[in-house]
Order: sequence, then C-alpha cells, then structure tokens
Amino acid sequence: MKTLKNILLATIISVGLQAWAQQTPAPAQSETITITGATAHLGNGSVIENSVIVFSDGKITAIGDASTPTQGNVVNANGKHIYPGFIAPVSTLGLGEVDALRQTRDFDEIGEFIPNIRSIIAYNSESKVVESLRPNGVLLAQVTPQGGRISGTSSIVQLDAWNWEDAAIKTDDGIHLRWPNSFKRGRWWLGEDPAWKPDEKYNERIEEVRSYLNEAKAYGKASASSKNEGFAAMQGLYNGSKKLYLYAQGEREIVDAITTAKEAGINQVVLVGGYEAYKVIPFLKKHNIPVLVNRVHTTPMGDDDDYDLPYKLPKLLAEGGLLVGLNAKGQMERMNTRNLPFYAGHLVGQGVDKETALQMITLNTAKILGIDSNYGSLEVGKSATFFVSEGDALDMRGNMLTHAFIDGRKISLETHQTKLWKRYMDKYSGN
Amino acid sequence: MKKSLFFLLCLSMVGFVHGQDYFPKNDGVKEENNNYTAFTNATLHISPGNVVKKGTLLIQNGKVVEAGKKVTVPANSVTVDMDGKHIYPSFIESYSGFGLKKPERKPSNGRGPQYDASREGFYWNDHIMPETHSIEKFKYDKKKAKEFRKAGFGTVNTHLMDGIARGTGVLVALNDKGGDQDRILEDASGQFFSFSKSVASRQSYPTSLMGSMALLRQMYSDMDWYAKGNSKTKDRSLEAMIENKDLIPFFYAGNKGNNLRADKIGDQFGINYVIVGGGDEFEAIESIKATNARYIIPLDFPAAFDVSDPFHAKYVALEDMREWNQAPTNPKVLAENGVTFSLTTHDLDKMSEFKTNLMKAIKYGLSETKALEALTTVPAQLLGKSNVLGTLEKGKYANFLITSGNIFEKETTLYENWVQGHKHVINDMTQRDIRGKYSLSANGVTYEMILKGEATKPKLEMKQGATKLKAKATYKNDWITFSFTDEDKNETHTAAALIPASGTTFSGKLVQPNGTESTFTATRAGDADKEDKDKKDKDKKPEIVPTTYPNVGYGFASKPKSQNMLFQNATVWTSEDAGILENTDVLVKDGKIVAIGKGLSASGAKKIDATGKHLTAGIIDEHSHIAAFSINEAGHNSSAEVSIEDVVNPEDIDIYRNIAGGVTTIQILHGSANPIGGRSAILKLKWGEDVDGLIYDNSPKFIKFALGENVKQSNWQSFARFPQTRMGVEQVYVNYFNRAKEYDAKKKSGQPFRYDEELEVLAEILNGERFISCHSYVQSEINMLMKVAEQFNFKVNTFTHILEGYKVADKMAEHGAGGSTFSDWWAYKYEVNDAIPHNAAIMASQGVVTAINSDDNEMSRRLNQEAAKGIKYGGMSEEEAWKMVTINPAILLHLDDRTGSIKEGKDADLVLWSDNPLSVYAKAEKTIIDGTVYFDIDADKAKREAIKEERNKLMNLMRDEKNGGGKTTPPKKKEKIHMHCDTVN
Repeated sequence: MKTLKNILLATIISVGLQAWAQQTPAPAQSETITITGATAHLGNGSVIENSVIVFSDGKITAIGDASTPTQGNVVNANGKHIYPGFIAPVSTLGLGEVDALRQTRDFDEIGEFIPNIRSIIAYNSESKVVESLRPNGVLLAQVTPQGGRISGTSSIVQLDAWNWEDAAIKTDDGIHLRWPNSFKRGRWWLGEDPAWKPDEKYNERIEEVRSYLNEAKAYGKASASSKNEGFAAMQGLYNGSKKLYLYAQGEREIVDAITTAKEAGINQVVLVGGYEAYKVIPFLKKHNIPVLVNRVHTTPMGDDDDYDLPYKLPKLLAEGGLLVGLNAKGQMERMNTRNLPFYAGHLVGQGVDKETALQMITLNTAKILGIDSNYGSLEVGKSATFFVSEGDALDMRGNMLTHAFIDGRKISLETHQTKLWKRYMDKYSGN
Repeated sequence: MKKSLFFLLCLSMVGFVHGQDYFPKNDGVKEENNNYTAFTNATLHISPGNVVKKGTLLIQNGKVVEAGKKVTVPANSVTVDMDGKHIYPSFIESYSGFGLKKPERKPSNGRGPQYDASREGFYWNDHIMPETHSIEKFKYDKKKAKEFRKAGFGTVNTHLMDGIARGTGVLVALNDKGGDQDRILEDASGQFFSFSKSVASRQSYPTSLMGSMALLRQMYSDMDWYAKGNSKTKDRSLEAMIENKDLIPFFYAGNKGNNLRADKIGDQFGINYVIVGGGDEFEAIESIKATNARYIIPLDFPAAFDVSDPFHAKYVALEDMREWNQAPTNPKVLAENGVTFSLTTHDLDKMSEFKTNLMKAIKYGLSETKALEALTTVPAQLLGKSNVLGTLEKGKYANFLITSGNIFEKETTLYENWVQGHKHVINDMTQRDIRGKYSLSANGVTYEMILKGEATKPKLEMKQGATKLKAKATYKNDWITFSFTDEDKNETHTAAALIPASGTTFSGKLVQPNGTESTFTATRAGDADKEDKDKKDKDKKPEIVPTTYPNVGYGFASKPKSQNMLFQNATVWTSEDAGILENTDVLVKDGKIVAIGKGLSASGAKKIDATGKHLTAGIIDEHSHIAAFSINEAGHNSSAEVSIEDVVNPEDIDIYRNIAGGVTTIQILHGSANPIGGRSAILKLKWGEDVDGLIYDNSPKFIKFALGENVKQSNWQSFARFPQTRMGVEQVYVNYFNRAKEYDAKKKSGQPFRYDEELEVLAEILNGERFISCHSYVQSEINMLMKVAEQFNFKVNTFTHILEGYKVADKMAEHGAGGSTFSDWWAYKYEVNDAIPHNAAIMASQGVVTAINSDDNEMSRRLNQEAAKGIKYGGMSEEEAWKMVTINPAILLHLDDRTGSIKEGKDADLVLWSDNPLSVYAKAEKTIIDGTVYFDIDADKAKREAIKEERNKLMNLMRDEKNGGGKTTPPKKKEKIHMHCDTVN
C-alpha cells in the first residue's frame, strides 16, 4: 500500500514538474538590429563608450564607437551597459531541479570510471532554474556530470532552447576527473572519527587513475575486438577533441593531477577548484594550465586561512599570469548560478580591475571551454550573444536587464518568478 | 556454580588478617595476627609538605598506628630498614570505570527513531538511571588493579560509565590479598552524572547537549515534586534520586565549556558537583575559578602532530597545535589560581603515560607539593574520605608507596605499593643498584662497561677503546645477563653474572664468539653520567606560546577595550529618518554614539578620517546558526525547554569571519527539526569574550517555531513522529498552547503544580514575554500560525525564511508579523517552488517589517550584498534596502532601542566601509561593537603574519619533539559542521 502511495506521489510530482510552464524560446533573428549609445564591455578587457553594435543572422557584424553606421532596427540604449552573455562552466544546470527531490536529480551516476556518461542527453532545457539565470545575464553553460572519479562527459549549451539538441552549442567537449584527496574525512557513518586525516590509500587511488588513463590510451591504438564505451569516450583526450577537467584543491593534489595527466599524454588540461593553486603558480604556468576557480562566495577551508582567501584567489592567480575563469559550484549551485556576475563583482573589492573581473565570466571562460571563436566577447564575426543592462551588471544594484540576445535571438527575460512577482503586485495594487 | 565455588575456595585460602571473624573456618583453626610492622629510617612524606627524614612508619591490622620521627616500636614488630628510601601515601584515583564493564551499544532497529522509554516504572527517559548501583555489577579486576598499583594508586573510585544520570559508584582499595569484604571502602561513594546518553538505549531524546541540560534540570525539578508526594504513579528513578540526595555528586563534563554548563545546572538546584574536566581549563581559567567548584582533571596531554609532511601539516589548525603546546600547563594554571583539583588517569591511552605526563606537568610548572596533593589529600577530600585516606597519619589505611627516591623524578623506582597493610611488590627492593661505570676484563681484553638509566632496568653501553659496541642487558633477581657485538667483525659475546651482596666488583661467565666459555671480571670505576637527553630535557625550559582571546587563530593577545573615537567626514547611513548624511562626523564615547553632525570635535577621542568611506550601523543577522555546539533538539516534536544560550561556542572562527563582514549582532536560532523548537541566543559578536560576554544583557526572549517539510520529517525516512502533515502541525500548536494555558492558570492559582520547563516557556509566549521566530515557507501554513496565535491572543513576532510571505503580505501586516527572509534562495526543496527573490520587496511594500537573514555561515559574511538584491529584485530604494539588515532586524528582535541605527544614545555598533555598503565592491574596514574595535582590516593583516610565524614555530617544536623520540600523532583537522536549520546536532 505504502509503495503504491509512493509511486503515486512520485507520479504526481513528476507530472507537476513537467507542467512547470516555461518561457517560449525565441525565434531565429529575422532582422538586423543595431544597439546604440550603451557602454559596451567587450569581455576582452576593452570598453567602448557610446557604442554602436550591429548584428544580423545571429552574428555581430559591426561594433565601434558612435561613428559606426547603424543598420536595421535601431535600439537606443543610452546610459545603459552591454556585456557578452556570461558563461557558467562545470555546472549541473539542467541536470537537477529541486535539490531535495531525488526524482529531479540526474547529475550523479553510480560508478567510479564512467567517461561515457553524457550530460547533454539529460539536459532539461525547460528547467525553471535555467530560465531564472537569464535575467541576470547568464546565457551559456557547460552542463557537467558529477561524482565518481571520472564522472562523465560534459556539453556546452545556450540557455534558451526547445530541447537539448536545440540547446547544444558544443557537444561532448570535456571529460571530468575528480582527483583523490590525500587528506580525507573520517567516515563517521562507519563509526570513524569524523576528523580529517591523511588517506593511506591516496597513492593507490592515483594508481587507479593512472592505470585507467593508460588502458584507455592503449585501447585507442588498435581497433578493439570488443567495444569498451568508457575507453572509447576517452579517445577525445588523446586526439585533442576533448579537454580534461581536473578537479583538485590541494597543492600536492594539483601537482600530482597535472603531472599524471601530462605524463599520460593529455594536452588540454583545465584545473577546476584549485583552492591552493596560488601556491603553485609557476608550475601551472609552465604547463599552461588555466583554472576555473570555485565559487568566490565560500568560506575558507581552514580556520587559519585568510577570511577573504576565496574572495581573492582568482586575483592571485590572474596576477600570476594564469588564465582564470569563475565557476558557481557549491551548495545549491544550480539556483545560485544566477549570482555568477556578483562573484566576479566581488573580486573588484579585492582590487581586480572591473573589466578583468568581467573577463573571468566571459572571454576567459570561453577560451577555457574552447568556444571563444564564437562566444565570450563582443567582436565582429562572433555570435550575437549578449545583453543590455540598466547599470553595472557585476553589481546587484545595476544588474537589471532590458534586453538579452542569444545567437541574435531576442530572448524572454520573464520567468516563473517574475510572473509571480507581477501577479501579486497586481493583487495588492487592486489591478 | 562450579566457578564461583572455586573462587570462594581461592579466597578463603588467602587467609584474612581481619574482618569476617564470625565466619566459620574449616581449613584450619582461627588465629589472629596483631603484630606491628615498622618501617624505619625512611624519608616519610606523611602528607604533602610534611616530610620527616629518618622517620618511622608503624602499621598494624591494615592501618597506620603512627608515623613520625619519634615512634616507639613495640616489641611484637617486624622491622624493615628503609634507609635511603621514601614512603608516600599512595595515590587515589577519583574517577574511573574500574571493574565495571560498559554495556554494549544497542543496535538500531532500523525503523527510525525510538521516542518512548524502554522501561516501565522508571523515569520517562531511559538515559536517567540514578537507580543503578555500581556495587551490584562490580567485579574486581586484578589485571587492571595491578596496572593502577604500578602507577602508584592504592584506592580507586569507580562507577558504571553510562548514561546521563548514572547512579552510584564504589570506592575500592586495590588490595589483591583481601576480598570485596575488605577492599570495598564505600558501597555508594557518590552519585554520577554526564551529558552523554546511555549506549544501552536507543531512546532518541535528547539528541543534543542542550537537550541533556534541559533533561537534567527537569529531572531535578521532578525529584522535588515527587518527594513531596505529588505523583500518582511510581517512579523508581526519582525515588533513587531522592535516596541518593546526600551522596557526593560527580559530573563528567570533559571540557572547559561543559564544566561551566554542569556548574550552571548545579547552581540552579543548589548542587556542588565535583566536576571531571577536560584538561583545557587554562583557556577559560577566570570562569573556571568563578565556579568555585572542585575538579578532577585528566593528565591526558595531546601528542605532537607529525608535521614532517608539509602537505598534511597544513591541515592542522593553530588552535590544535597550541593545545599540544599549552595543555601541559593546565595543572599549573589551576593550582596558581587556587582551584581545588585532583588528577585522574581517566582518558589516558596507557597507564604508563601517567608518570610521563605527571612529570611533564611538573616540568611545565606544577609544584611537587601540589602534584602530591592532587593525588592524595585532594581526592580523599573530594571523596569525603580524608579521615581514612590521603596521608600517613594515625588511624588511616596503611596505603603507601615505597620508592627509591623522589617519586616525581624519572629515575625513581617504585618498589612496593602497600594497600590496607598488604604488600604488593612492584620492583624488587632488595635488588642492588648496579648503575655505574665498570672496567670489564676478559681474556686479556679490557672493555668499558656503563650501566645507566633506571635502577631496576639499567641500560648497557659497551666500548672497546674508541669503538662503541652494540650491547644489551637484562637485570633480574640479582643476575645480570648481557651481550655485546662488534658489528664490524660481526662477533657477539654473551655473559652472565650474579651480583654479590657487597663489593664493587662482579665476575661471571663469558661466552666468546667461537663458543668458548671463559670468565670475566667487572670492576667499578665510578658513577655513570645521567643520560644526555634527560639532562638536556630537564634543564630546558619548555617554550610555551601565549594564549589568546579566544585561544584560536585570530584571537586577541589581550581583550580589546572600548575607546572614544570620532569618525570624520563620512557618508553616514543612519537607518533612521535622517537618511544618508554626506560629509558627516560621528562621535563615540563610552561605547555609545553621542553625537552626529558636521565639524564635531572631541578631546581625547581617536580621530578616524573617513573621507570617501561609509559609516553604517552594524549588520544584524536575524537567523544565524554559527557559534553554537548544537542547533536542533530533534528528540521530541516540541523542545521549548532547550536553549541555545546553553550551547554557545565563543571560539567559532565564524564569529571572526562575520565581523569581518560587518555583522555585529546575531540571533542564533534553534533549527527546524520540530514545530516547537528551542529558545534563541542573541549575541553581540564580541570576539574574545566568553559566553556571558557575548549574550546580550537583558536579552529579549525568543523561541524558534517551524512549519512545513522539515517538521513533517518529509525529506528523510521518518514516519513515526506526529505530525506528518501540515494539518498535524496545527494540532501540535493548539494542544501545547491549551496545555500551557491550563498550566499557567494552575500555577497562578497557587495550587501545587509540577514545574515543567517546556510549558513555562510556552506560557511566556501566551503572556507576551517571549517572541516567536517561525521558520515558514508556504502561504497556507503562514496563515495557519497567525490564526492559532490569534486564537490564543498573541502575535507571531517574526516569520523567518517566509518565502511565500509575498502571497500573504497583507495578512502579515494586519496581524503585525515581521518577515525575515533570504534574498534569493530557492529550488532546494519542494516547498520553495514559488520562492521568488522579489519577496522582500513585496513584503516591505505592504508594510511588513522586512529583514534579510542568512541561515548560513557563508552568506552572513556579506549580508550587505544580499540586502542590495532588494534593489535589483523589486526596485527598493538604497535606504530601504539597507534597513533590511540593520534597523529592521533590530525591530524584529526588539533591540531597536539599543542598536540597528546611527542615532545618539544608541550602542556604538558601527561598520566603516570602503564604499557604498550595498555595492558588491564594498569591504568592511572596521567593525565596532559597543565602542570597541573588534575587526580592523589592518590588524587582520598583522594577525595573518602572526599566525604564519606561530604555526612555523610550533611546527619546529613538534619536529624537535619527534626527533627527541616524543610521541606523535598523524596530522588531523577537526570536522567543522556548517550548520543550517536542518542540521541535527
């Protein structure tokens, strides 16, 4: 009886989820549009005051100062600001809806080495969380599985789509490897002291990774007699079509992880997290490793750490000459991803130049993800994926979007939430 | 049966000196021995500080007859010459579980928590077991007794270490030669308590430290009520409590904070617990001293961390490194502050650590007299046994130690431990001390032979000319056997000799490497040098780093003091009708804001140039869970009897991190495990103060209520507890308030009533003395609680979380409830489906006093930014947005007459910002509470440097410890629990 009830409950919930109404995706750009008068923050460090931006068929065709000729439909954005769409890397966006409801969680498959797990096919383009990011300027995301040692393969999407095929702008772009920790928490549920202690099995775990990388590489050197989906998924790492995202925090783990990856012959490696990356900057520089720093709004890991270490970490790395992007990983990461611009904004208080901070959620991230030929900055020939804000989009007080475009399509900035807001304000004002 | 018969036989064969003279005897004839034993020429430590040289100790029938310089030795005495030896009263262990096996942990039944008691006819909570009599379960443990005696103990206080109220203990003399009829000195040596639940029961309540405290309080109240004959039913637990009333109460607290908690309970009921501490008392010595309690203190000093791997060492917090460095000073600090304490071996991994640690404590400043007191006279006094234990005075038990010298020195040998007049040999006293340098000759070869270290276990060194040989010796029963190896030649000699009674030469047999037997002679050539390391160690004063307030990283060297200061030329955000004032000065005097204006001057006030900066009132977080040891008492669906004030943690680094984010006041709310939660603690974040210094004076009284998914227990597998639906939640409230009303009426009528802490608290709500902050999500439940409140004629003060407050903002305004919400959290569970970031702005627009809170130790560090989201979502003005983290929460907490705005006469709780405080670019540069600077961005930089240096210094000291052969432990980082509403702890 109870089981039946649970099934019934699950059905009701899932029906409920499907019934969550979405904004209709915008149609393809049909006319040339020019936006004039705004301060254009290009995402590459430059700013054009009183700018003119022309885009057609989804591409930017002209960008320059006020002398640039306008074309088509002219939108006056005097006093406003234009930014390239912000990019959220290594995100479980669209793979989960309500944290507490297991029925809605699709980001963590069981298994330790499962590179063949592909996020794109589970991406829910109609997620209510996804649409809630757009009014804050987050327009692109790398949809990424979590868990295990090799969690699977990510894809990059734009956030206004009918379905996952429609959403994908780069499929199967990277493999995500979570490096073991040499210091680990006691398993209190097995009666162990919950404190953190050295993990005696650290080297053993590294060996497992090494062995998997080598096996996968060997598999690719000959036509296999039987198909191994996991090894097959890894081939992109060796032929250069996929990047390896290495999740590591500690100094030692970072060095071990990158050394292992390089020794295995993997060329394109991205460090994710890198809490102690500032201690090994020359090493990272030598190996040309970019870093996707974890959420700026976190507490320090150690009691003795500087209270503002998570606030200033991206600054330390950027000053050291590394290519740095910001991610929004952490507690309640999907719904919090809309705060990505404020993570960048917070860096400015630490002494980072505003345009440099902006780069960390636009062009730098696009470069790291390998989509910079089309996204990440406002440049002629690139996708018209950008937005117009009333004020400084990195500050809560100024981040108020009036227009947003993805590939030239003028997308809706309404959400489930703005509708409720209006509905109740109407109620109270007697409309 | 067979076994016990055998046991009895064994016992009877031992033959008792006294007692049981009315027992029949069949294995011989009854005879008495009333001879005396006299120990003459001894250095007698009759009591701490009273030392008699060449004295005599006279004992008879297990008791001291006399001890002193001039003692007449009766003719029927056996006299033992103690020349050169010392006699001490033996040590008393005041806290142990000797001879009492702890019950097995009861496995979970896997069906969710057990709410009811397992027993009938006893107290309603299984963890209250005062009816336990340890004597009934006691079984003398010979092996353990031997260990204790080896460490110098003659008497042990023991009890069954299980449960919150544990029942009575037993006092046992470690007399192997007698039976329980001799050695049990007290059947009920005291009554024992702790904060830890019994492992033998799965009853859920209490799940938290604050719950344990509330349970103990209720137990004492119930005992009183029961004693007056008010109960209609029988309760064997309360009856036992009443019966045990006059026994010495012992409380196992285990750390400095819990010591104070136990003392607080004791104070409330007129009980002076003997408190078993944790060894960290030095960190809170003023408060510990102020308890006036007597303590039992463990000698369990932490081992040094093995910091040889820097990648691991970095995880160890400065706080834990300091603990290693400073903890050995604990006994000294206690003694210096006049705290009465005994020392215990409890918590030591090995009994052998006792002497090592005792000597360490002495090295770190504890006087030998105090050490002896803490092991003899003080425990005797704590146990109420000063008349029979603790010294060598007339009439006391003949419990004493015979040693080769000063008992507090490493090389001293403990020869004998006499208990109740019975000799227990630890080391053979007749064995000669052969330590020294010898010249050994055999077969025409001369070796240098050195025997040094402990007299009973000397270590051997052999040299042939300049070559050091590998050597090993065993010395037992006057025979020495030894071997030495020339490692280059790989040749080993073995030898054995009997040490003669006199003379300085011994000779014996030597077996040569080729098997040929010959003889050798060793001739004494002088005293051996003390071991270099020991000598060095003894001379070296330990380097001890200073403690700070609090004693963790970023603590203050001395408590910061309030100062008069004048902020000049700031942009002042008043959070009052005055609005935002440009180029304005603010004067702070004696902890208050005394003037706001332009061109102010004040002599003696520290001038702070605030040009280009913004000065605001300190941020107030209405919903915080930092700085607490527990958040939820989840064992019942109502826990109004618990209070977060009981479990405040003044050392939480999150306090420092909060002030670095401009927060000056927080309300630590109970969690959301139950519809009626616990009482709040409202703090000013005065980093470095103790609990009392943090909690507001005359604090407004608050309690947490909760609605929705958490109290229904719907996000985890728990189906047993009422309520499981929102419908049930209403009935919990209605029922409790009805009962509270009846309770209050009965109380006010003057009729006898059973004091019920839970109903007392709820009656405070009905009487308008306590306010509710209610965790809430969906509109139906919000509406419901307001209706319940209206039914009982009170107002819901605050709805916290209140994510659908925007749907009923008009109703809230009408009821008079405030809303304290997150700026933009949603999508974490089903009931936040309709949570929108515009919520705050909508509620405010309808006249609801609205605040933005954190419920999170990370978000609380930047509530200024969260307030700014009110501008983005819903278009609030900057002034209104800023009020959501200052004056509005102050209003909600009934603190608006004291803090929350910049106004003359208010507390100087201020933050100086680098920029507009609502800007994402702003940084708090100074955070001031009551006119005292608790955070300063420049001072913070200096602290970082200091931490780095101190860590380095301590790691070097730990490396020295390791290299010197000291004990080490792998690096460890304490697990920090980031608490939220639903954290059960």
